[in-house]
Amino acid sequence: MINLEFIINTISLGSLYAMLALGLVIIYGILRLVNFAYGELIMIGGYTMYLLTGFTPLPWLIVAVLAVAAAMFTSLFTELVAFRPVREKSLTAMLITSFAVSTLLQNAALLLISPRAKGVTLPQIFQTSVTIAGTDIPWRNILTIITCAATLILLLLLLRHTVLGIALRAAADNFTMTRILGVPANTVISAAFAISGIMAGIVSIFWIGRSATVTPTLGAPPLLVAFVATVIGGMRSLTGAVVGGFVYAILISLLGLFLPPELIEFREAFMFAIVIIILLFRPEGLIRSKTSVERVG
Amino acid sequence: MLELKNIHARYGAITALRGISIEVAEGELVALLGVNGAGKSTTLATVAGVLRPWQGSIHFLGQSILGKAPEQIAGLGISLVPEGRDIFPSLTVEENLRLGAYKLKDKTQYQHNLEEIYTLFPVLRDRLQQPGGTLSGGEQQQLAIARALMSNPRLLMLDEPSLGLAPALVDQIFELIDRLHQRGVTILLVEQNVDRTLDIVNRAYVLRTGAIEDHGTPEQLRAHVDIEGIYMGDRRRTKG
Repeated sequence: MINLEFIINTISLGSLYAMLALGLVIIYGILRLVNFAYGELIMIGGYTMYLLTGFTPLPWLIVAVLAVAAAMFTSLFTELVAFRPVREKSLTAMLITSFAVSTLLQNAALLLISPRAKGVTLPQIFQTSVTIAGTDIPWRNILTIITCAATLILLLLLLRHTVLGIALRAAADNFTMTRILGVPANTVISAAFAISGIMAGIVSIFWIGRSATVTPTLGAPPLLVAFVATVIGGMRSLTGAVVGGFVYAILISLLGLFLPPELIEFREAFMFAIVIIILLFRPEGLIRSKTSVERVG
Repeated sequence: MLELKNIHARYGAITALRGISIEVAEGELVALLGVNGAGKSTTLATVAGVLRPWQGSIHFLGQSILGKAPEQIAGLGISLVPEGRDIFPSLTVEENLRLGAYKLKDKTQYQHNLEEIYTLFPVLRDRLQQPGGTLSGGEQQQLAIARALMSNPRLLMLDEPSLGLAPALVDQIFELIDRLHQRGVTILLVEQNVDRTLDIVNRAYVLRTGAIEDHGTPEQLRAHVDIEGIYMGDRRRTKG
């Protein structure tokens, strides 16, 4: 039944997926690179929380901030040591590099920590609910919505009102022209990777907030969600990423609600069938980038 | 100011430039003329750092700029307005201009330049908050030139600024180039509109299939080169 609980949960999931998709699209928009190591940034955020909550007395809010910072710095670091050297070579080289980085980070976690799931101690608020209009709403979902909304607003302000933000949008339109105007390629790309890492870090808090465990392969499901959401929304548009994230969340929630119990475990299969149908009618995704709009005059 | 010596460049397997040598002095308005595929735009691309020549040298203000990144070359004061204008369609006119001034760290200088742009291109002031992609072709060309001027370039390179514009707008663009030149901006202009170009430039180079076929002042070129020939791409015919 579609009630308040369902709506809040769907919005919460949608805002999380929107963030996921944004982190992927912000890099794709500029480099045309689908960063397959993106999921591992979420894993890094998760392990940071596991280590800091398990072995230090740091308060949880600090842990969360450090998890985001860890994901951001990992993202920046991978750009610096892995992507930058092959950037001028070819897109294929970068794509393969992103697979390599992904595998490397996963194996590092296997080797240095453990192949088994590690528990992350979550604060009380992640396990409690609040009663609104007679229904129990988990605090976790409300926190997700607030955090994602705040992050999206900050990102929007950055993109609209700072020169760096304008340069990021311009680079997504036409990277070479942006450089011809004097904007350094490295600045723009580092900024994109930093934003991508921040998105992954914030997502990691709430993704792990659902399961309370972290494994080396944690990154694969969110990467898939991010990828599918961007394909639905349109790879070239930040608005498309947000729309795609919400559409994905709404579809998957509705399927969970309306599929008969014996089919519920095939929910993803139905999900992807719907995605294929969407793409048959809108191959560029729901939101087309303005660049592809034909110019007249 | 700008000196290209014996530049050879290729796009993949296609040789685009075979030994181009060009000089532009401070305050000059110099044109590169020739048919499509003669190598005019490629020459500008090598100067802007977008295409790396495999032989030859490029010096700007006595400094070699060969192998430098586009943003470094822009930092030295070279602005390129590429063919097809390449404004950012989803950015507003104001954002396009702001990005043009990326290298300016001084806010008052930015405001000053913006005021100058408004006097040169009054129409842009009315369109400030509109996305660049919604402007007409002529307005987009004005925006592209305005954006390049925002950085106070020492050398402005214009690639076919009159291409695809209505005749009345072509007049405007040529008047504008002339005016910029009068104000002391050094300009390297690529054009197919030979007659109009020779009216305003100090000197011109005629390119054919990646090499310089002729160069000189407009009077010299008019005297011994068949202007129609450059235009139509016919074999060069020397006048009687």
